[in-house]
Amino acid sequence: MGFFRLLVATALLILASASANAELLIRITEGADSALPIAVVPFAENGQIPPGDKVSTIVQSDLNMSGEFRTLPPSKMLSLPSKREEVFFRDWKMLGQRYVLVGDLSRSADKVTARYELFDVNREERILGERAAAPATNMRSLAHHISDKVYEAITGVQGAFSTKLAYVTLDSFNGKPRYRLQVSDVDGKRARIRLESEEPILSPAWSPDGRQLAYVSFETGKPVIFLHELSSGKRTKIADFPGLNSAPAWSDDGRSLLMTLSKDGNAEIYRMDLQSRQVTKVTNHWAIDTEASWDHTGKGLFFTSDRSGGPQIYHMDRPGAEPRRITFGSRYNARPRPDNEGKYVYYVHQREGAFHIARTNLNTGEETVLTRTQSDESPSVSPNGRMLIYATKQGNDSVLTVISADGGAAYSLPASEGGVREPAWGPLVK
Amino acid sequence: MMFSAKTKAFALLLTVGLFAGCSSTGETVEDGTYGSDVAAIDQDGGSTVYGGDDQGGISSSSLTEEERMAAQQQAAQEALRDITTFYFDFDTAEIKQDARDVLVAHAQFLAANPGQTVRLEGHADERGTKEYNLALGERRANAVQRFLIVNGASRGQIETVSYGEEKPAVMGSTESAMAQNRRVELVFE
Repeated sequence: MGFFRLLVATALLILASASANAELLIRITEGADSALPIAVVPFAENGQIPPGDKVSTIVQSDLNMSGEFRTLPPSKMLSLPSKREEVFFRDWKMLGQRYVLVGDLSRSADKVTARYELFDVNREERILGERAAAPATNMRSLAHHISDKVYEAITGVQGAFSTKLAYVTLDSFNGKPRYRLQVSDVDGKRARIRLESEEPILSPAWSPDGRQLAYVSFETGKPVIFLHELSSGKRTKIADFPGLNSAPAWSDDGRSLLMTLSKDGNAEIYRMDLQSRQVTKVTNHWAIDTEASWDHTGKGLFFTSDRSGGPQIYHMDRPGAEPRRITFGSRYNARPRPDNEGKYVYYVHQREGAFHIARTNLNTGEETVLTRTQSDESPSVSPNGRMLIYATKQGNDSVLTVISADGGAAYSLPASEGGVREPAWGPLVK
Repeated sequence: MMFSAKTKAFALLLTVGLFAGCSSTGETVEDGTYGSDVAAIDQDGGSTVYGGDDQGGISSSSLTEEERMAAQQQAAQEALRDITTFYFDFDTAEIKQDARDVLVAHAQFLAANPGQTVRLEGHADERGTKEYNLALGERRANAVQRFLIVNGASRGQIETVSYGEEKPAVMGSTESAMAQNRRVELVFE
């Protein structure tokens, strides 16, 4: 019931093509009634502004993707103001807008400076006025920065549009599977391939400083955990014990990893100190224990265990403490990902044969199914807790979908061959 | 200790007979774990000793007859060993009844050929999460490994690896495709 009311804006990311510089396409598939109407007026341009997507277009797309805003198409605007004196609030009110963003871009040498102002239409007030500069080659970062500022000025929550995504694409090349670990902007643009392999790559996990990824690679014929420094491309094989080496999760201080190892017979969660490489057992049970993730305190952890007979979500107050079962709503709940406030935990939830993303309110225990797609996997929460990305199936292909964290729905779009999976939302980095 | 080929063949025959008898009792495993299975098989493995005790009273003429039967059995076992993929139900690692005779044949083959090694590749279908499926694939491979060891193979001959849901045998999300993907493959090297 609540499920059907939760129709908010969603954006579907699909792999555009299998070419080397493949980009994810974002299409808004559903808008929310509750979304705030905002007019992002195309910025005036002084001097030579680099070609490509306009800054205001990128800002519009960011705000729409959040599901919390609905932008006015520029073709419907009655005027195109770029500063306070040109804004006629009556016009924007008539167009049903709550907010108006105006600004201009100025080129000087290798830099472009944006000057922008955000207005509350009802109160006829300026609520944000700033200047920001970026190298002329980096207009996308400038645009995402403006989106973050606008989002924060209106919602009071830090924007996450300047963050990165890691994900794995799969296609075939010369008759063999080709897995590629890629990192892109949060809107799927500026994708760069970080690792290519004929063997599966799984579970990318961002270090808290955003400089490294931990992941599982089968390149040696079995699951092994690597660390990968993004700036240099330097890779370190960090866990190669007999059996499974999987499901890496960073601690807040970046000094240790939770991981699943089966070196002692069956899948248990361990904590590895990255300096000494020593591992200590966190769980000890004959059941499968895996998919660990630290909670918002950084002291406790969530994980998946089938100790009750099927996979369910458990929480430990500290490594080794008595686990408390969190999920009871169905016989399959796995891969927990908590928010950073201790309010919700998100996970994969089976209901009537289909796999959805659900969340449980940790205070009330109430469970809400958030998606209407059927084969959902790998939920990853944005660092500000407001959005969620996950992988789902379209025929034989896998696609990524972004929803707002309180729910949403996405419809199938045609995808290219192969697909994209295992999304990991990067941290907020200053 | 050395046993003659005759003794081995006879023991093998008895083992197979006992297994057939055992499977018909159809013990249900309540909690869906493989632990109970292995315990049941352990008992069967122990009972082959009783075949050795009997041996003293057997006349040479009947041994010849048994030899003939054992040879037939041998051929049957070889035919069984053509089957190298074993299937599982969703989210279980329970070895199915119809897989047992075949796995016993593989175990006996490994026991008779100590230089032979085998890799057990565990897989899951696409449903559920990738990491849990990785552990599930391993649990399936481990269940087959235990079964082989209990039935005569030695630990050093067996290597296990799990691919989780990453290497489906059949593409697609139909029930039949997924049933073919929940499997352990024996790869002899």
